[in-house]
Amino acid sequence: MSTAELDAIYLTIALATITTILLLILGTPLAWWLSRQKTSWPALVEALVAMPLILPPTVLGFYLLLLFAPDTALGSAWEQLTGTRLAFSFSALVIGSVIYSLPFVVQPLQAAFQRVPENLLRVAATLGAGPLDQFRSVVLPLTRRSFITAASLGFAHTVGEFGVVLMIGGNIPGETRVLSIALYDYVESLQFAEAHRLAAGLVVFSLVLLFLLYRRDRRDSWRVRA
Amino acid sequence: MNALSLRLDCPGEEGFRLRLECQLPDTGITAIYGPSGSGKSTLLDCIAGLRRPAAGGLVRFRGESWLAPGTFVPPWQRRVAYVFQDARLFPHLNWQQNLDYAASRRADKGGAGMDQVIAALALGDLLQRDPAGLSAGQKQRVAIGRALMSAPQLLLLDEPLANLDHAAAAQCLACLQQLARQLDLPMLYVSHDIEEVSQLADHLLLLEQGRVSDQGSLLELCGRLDTRLSHEEQAAAIVVGTIGRHDPEYALTELEVEGQTLLVGHRPEAPGQKRRLRVPARDVSVCRQRPLDSSILNILPVTLAQMEADGEARVLLRLALGTQYLLARITRKSANRLQLQPGDHLFAQIKSAALLMESTDTHE
Repeated sequence: MSTAELDAIYLTIALATITTILLLILGTPLAWWLSRQKTSWPALVEALVAMPLILPPTVLGFYLLLLFAPDTALGSAWEQLTGTRLAFSFSALVIGSVIYSLPFVVQPLQAAFQRVPENLLRVAATLGAGPLDQFRSVVLPLTRRSFITAASLGFAHTVGEFGVVLMIGGNIPGETRVLSIALYDYVESLQFAEAHRLAAGLVVFSLVLLFLLYRRDRRDSWRVRA
Repeated sequence: MNALSLRLDCPGEEGFRLRLECQLPDTGITAIYGPSGSGKSTLLDCIAGLRRPAAGGLVRFRGESWLAPGTFVPPWQRRVAYVFQDARLFPHLNWQQNLDYAASRRADKGGAGMDQVIAALALGDLLQRDPAGLSAGQKQRVAIGRALMSAPQLLLLDEPLANLDHAAAAQCLACLQQLARQLDLPMLYVSHDIEEVSQLADHLLLLEQGRVSDQGSLLELCGRLDTRLSHEEQAAAIVVGTIGRHDPEYALTELEVEGQTLLVGHRPEAPGQKRRLRVPARDVSVCRQRPLDSSILNILPVTLAQMEADGEARVLLRLALGTQYLLARITRKSANRLQLQPGDHLFAQIKSAALLMESTDTHE
């Protein structure tokens, strides 16, 4: 395997890991908030979160590209703070990936939180547990599996993204050239043997991950029925 | 008496409003009794802080303000434990961990100890540790134990026996009575089962359509005619008596009530113990002369204190037996034929079968 490929693999894992951590940090409170709202307007927030599921990634990438440009408020503020440009940077990829993979983390968490009976939280409250304590001691243990699902899906989906990366990251080796872009390059330059290696690797990775997740769910549902 | 002061205005679940202002004692067991939809659970939720009443509400407990304009103490700081109709054990913890959950969050070092709670609720013999494997009665006993392990200063119980079969309910009830005696812990006990209430409660709060219709000591309220209680089908007076001699030949036990002797089915209690006796109004009849050839054993001289119509056909009588009262429900026709007047000296006939012996200590 070439250094370029190893760089791309390393970059992809780094991007997916950082994105997944950020998604759990941001997605957990968002999913919790959505799961406890009884009015209908949070549906708008839900719709926004779900948008990346149906929009062509290039649409998201296009708007992010405009947003990250040095002459925008965000772009110039970023430059002043960090001294680097936001567009076509690893940071831009992280921001894009977080938005792009948000539904894959928020939706399973929200569904899991909604299944946590309000009654148990009320009991916990009367036993002296404050809101954070209730979350840590009741909600987390009851939804631990959904966190694993959410993190796995967020990670895998980030590994598999292409359109957003292409639009806002470009193709800078070691900075924004992730696996899917490297694969695209190989195909463009007719290096099919290398392309096969990366493509097959991604197929196997995705298949194994999804198989493990679904097998766990299947075993569980069987156990519950028994 | 300013133990628990309440002034609440709170919308309930089915369109009614809980609107009340009252003072409740902070000793013994206070039963909150009323038909479903009268606001009993809403009241407990407001006391626990799980529901916020409209502005202007007031909840004070032993001088501590839990709810006042500008003040709202959240439930986790009130030290009020709550036992619900469904046990609501944490499914990810076994029953001992459920107790530990409460114990590790208790605010002060006092309160019941783990061993004491496990013994009082007979939890020691629970072989199954996972809550899902416990019976309804076992779950409810664990839930009560968990509530006690949080060392509360007030215990709320919302129909804790409603989902249990008769045997499990009786066992839970016995545990609660024992705990109430052992612990100096005020309890508010919501129920729509007057028999449960008669066994447990010292004090009674009657709720109707979100309002307090009456409150007072259980014995006093049960012997009055002007409450909703006495007009219910299962209306019953409660009198307190002392266990007397046992009569093994006929399997009967004597009970001394106000200098009179009543015979009840054989009881295991030792002579001298005080017990409550629940006498349903429908099982009491009156006559002017002491009948000499009746099959009814318990015939007591009483004075007619008060009478009140109970629907079209029936009349309720309040009969003074010393300082205590019996209720009798007879037909209006009989009342007219006997020309009953308050102050009349009568004989109350109590069907032996109607004597329900409750195993509760009373505080009289």
